[in-house]
Amino acid sequence: MPLAIDVHDLVKRYGTRTVVDRVSLAIEEGRVCGFLGPNGSGKTTTLRMICGLLTPDGGGGTCLGHDLVRERDAIKRQAGYMTQRFGLYEDLTIRENLEFVGRVYGLDRLKQRVDGSLERLGLATRQKQLAGALSGGWKQRLALAACVLHEPRLLLLDEPTAGVDPKARRAFWDEIHTYAAEGITVLVSTHYMDEAERCHEIAYIAYGALMARGTADEVIKESGLVSFIATGPGADRLAPRLRDAPGVTAAAAFGATLHVSGPERAPLLAAIEPLRADGIEWKEAAPTLEDVFIHLMGQAQDNAPGT
Amino acid sequence: MIGAGFWRRLGAILVKEVQQLRRDRLTFAMMFGVPIMQLLLFGYAIDTDPHHLPAAVISADDTTITRTIVSALTSTGYMDFTHRPASEEEANALLQRGEVQFVVTIPSDFTRRLVRGERAQILIDADATDPMAAANPLASAQPAVEQALRRDLTGPLAGHNPKPGGVEIVLQRRYNPEGKARLNIVPGLLAVILTMTMVMMTALAVTRERERGTMENLLAMPVRPIEVMIGKIVPYIAIGSVQVTVILLVSRVLFDVVTQGSIALLGLGTALFITVNLAIGFTISTVTQNQLQAMQASVFILLPSILLSGFMFPFRGMPVWAQWLGEVLPATHFMRLVRGLMLKGADLADVSGNLLALTAILLVVSALAISRYKMTLD
Ligand SMILES: Nc1ncnc2c1ncn2[C@@H]1O[C@H](COP(=O)(O)OP(=O)(O)OP(=O)(O)O)[C@@H](O)[C@H]1O
Ligand SMILES: [Mg+2]
Repeated sequence: MPLAIDVHDLVKRYGTRTVVDRVSLAIEEGRVCGFLGPNGSGKTTTLRMICGLLTPDGGGGTCLGHDLVRERDAIKRQAGYMTQRFGLYEDLTIRENLEFVGRVYGLDRLKQRVDGSLERLGLATRQKQLAGALSGGWKQRLALAACVLHEPRLLLLDEPTAGVDPKARRAFWDEIHTYAAEGITVLVSTHYMDEAERCHEIAYIAYGALMARGTADEVIKESGLVSFIATGPGADRLAPRLRDAPGVTAAAAFGATLHVSGPERAPLLAAIEPLRADGIEWKEAAPTLEDVFIHLMGQAQDNAPGT
Repeated sequence: MIGAGFWRRLGAILVKEVQQLRRDRLTFAMMFGVPIMQLLLFGYAIDTDPHHLPAAVISADDTTITRTIVSALTSTGYMDFTHRPASEEEANALLQRGEVQFVVTIPSDFTRRLVRGERAQILIDADATDPMAAANPLASAQPAVEQALRRDLTGPLAGHNPKPGGVEIVLQRRYNPEGKARLNIVPGLLAVILTMTMVMMTALAVTRERERGTMENLLAMPVRPIEVMIGKIVPYIAIGSVQVTVILLVSRVLFDVVTQGSIALLGLGTALFITVNLAIGFTISTVTQNQLQAMQASVFILLPSILLSGFMFPFRGMPVWAQWLGEVLPATHFMRLVRGLMLKGADLADVSGNLLALTAILLVVSALAISRYKMTLD
């Protein structure tokens, strides 16, 4: 399979701060890749470099076969970028916004396309409303519709489902997979674990550095993390006593149960030992993606000097 | 570069800008309300008293007495005799081009008539487009001349001392015979209002995209800087033209100001001036991060355009460094052009200097704008 995105050693600095630090990413065509990482880790910055909005301070590569720096125009014509912040015009109507985007790309059958897009969105009856009057979730959906209007081969979506309700979120992801089935490549940043699990593959970035890469299972397996779940009366209240124990990276209550995880089995068992009492039952379980990400975040923090 | 894509994308931006403008009712109302209001306010109140205005003297009669008269006029502090044209045509040309404010003509039989005790006349032609600038010098001329003659004509000449009214100064106010300040205020207001709305509107229009986060989206699409720039500027050219028409109509109805010169030239000059201002606004928007900064930067352009262009204070009343600053401002050249066309009936040759200056400023500013506008968010 040819690569839709093939970038290596991307670096971006703001002043003396290195915000993206030698990030390499290769994504095959038709794949949905989730881009995860804590706030301020450099996801938006990386996406901007890939779609030609920022010039990398180091590294380079190709996007849809076009050079990242020299062939920006070609990339812009074939990629759709959905900004994290609503990027359409709030003082234009829904329809006018779509028409504007269509005209900029010089689309034929503009009216037909816009009509179709409005129909699919379910906004046909509200097309004369100002975009600014839409609720947050609807704005996101309109923005997605606008960035696929020109039938791009690559979608770069920056937290497209932030503030979108669960049903619409599911519809959103169904749509993303439909695009992928058509051969469109999708790189989508998100903070939601369930969305990460719906991706073909995941890239995890923290403090500017790429920390993990692969399918969800691979990422979990490679982390080498060990997890235990405690059930029983008052198990969920044990979290504070474990959180700072050596060998424990995370301890969190989920309903009445407690999830504990750590990088190695022996220290983790030692930490649990004093709490094996009074009908509380401890069972080993597969670590979740969330456990892994929290673990990775801790690791990155240790590596990042001065932050 | 100019292919089908260019026109298509330009069209897309244009349509969008017009749609947005149409919704911004308040701004829209301001763009027409402000000029009319200012026209009415300024139309009635401005007062100034500049000294050392350039003047020319044609003296066909070179005697002690005529020299006394010239030095008396000089010592009023209002007139500096910078030119000594040989003929009346030359003097008229100086006046027409605005190089001198006054032409003093002393006829060849002046001394003879004075000595004989007959009525002797001096003719002063004044460029009265700026009536305030002309009023005081003219008022001070008669007493100054009489006083000087009384003082200097002593000894054997004492007998020739003219009786009061013996020397008659004949005044001719050119271009604005009734000395109406409003005539002069209209060109100035045109320049100031266009500067104000045009610079500010474009500066805001582009900065707003950055502030609202739509710039990122726009830049992610395949549009070029020049397309964005022209697309944003063109609607305002139309608005500016309507503003000019409104101002001209209102001043015609209220103040009886009728354009003397070529309307086509006025249109050309105005279009040029509007474009310059839009380019300045665009340039401002390339350096400002938010709308407040854009406003402040626009005021930074607007203030000197009011103070140093000859609108607020007569240009010649300003110190030399301020005049140099004034020469760099498009408003200065536009004001001269409009004064020439509206009040003096100037022709292409008279205003070509102003048109050239505006074109030069436009080229420099546009180059700056395009070089500063970035295709990326860096
Ligand atoms: N224009 C800028 N100037 C200076 N620093 C910047 C700029 N843009 C981003 N940064 C910094 O770069 C870092 C990465 O920002 P970025 O927006 O890429 O993070 P992110 O992963 O998208 O975060 P989030 O999940 O909150 O959206 C942040 O620390 C941010 O402060
Ligand atoms: Mg972000």
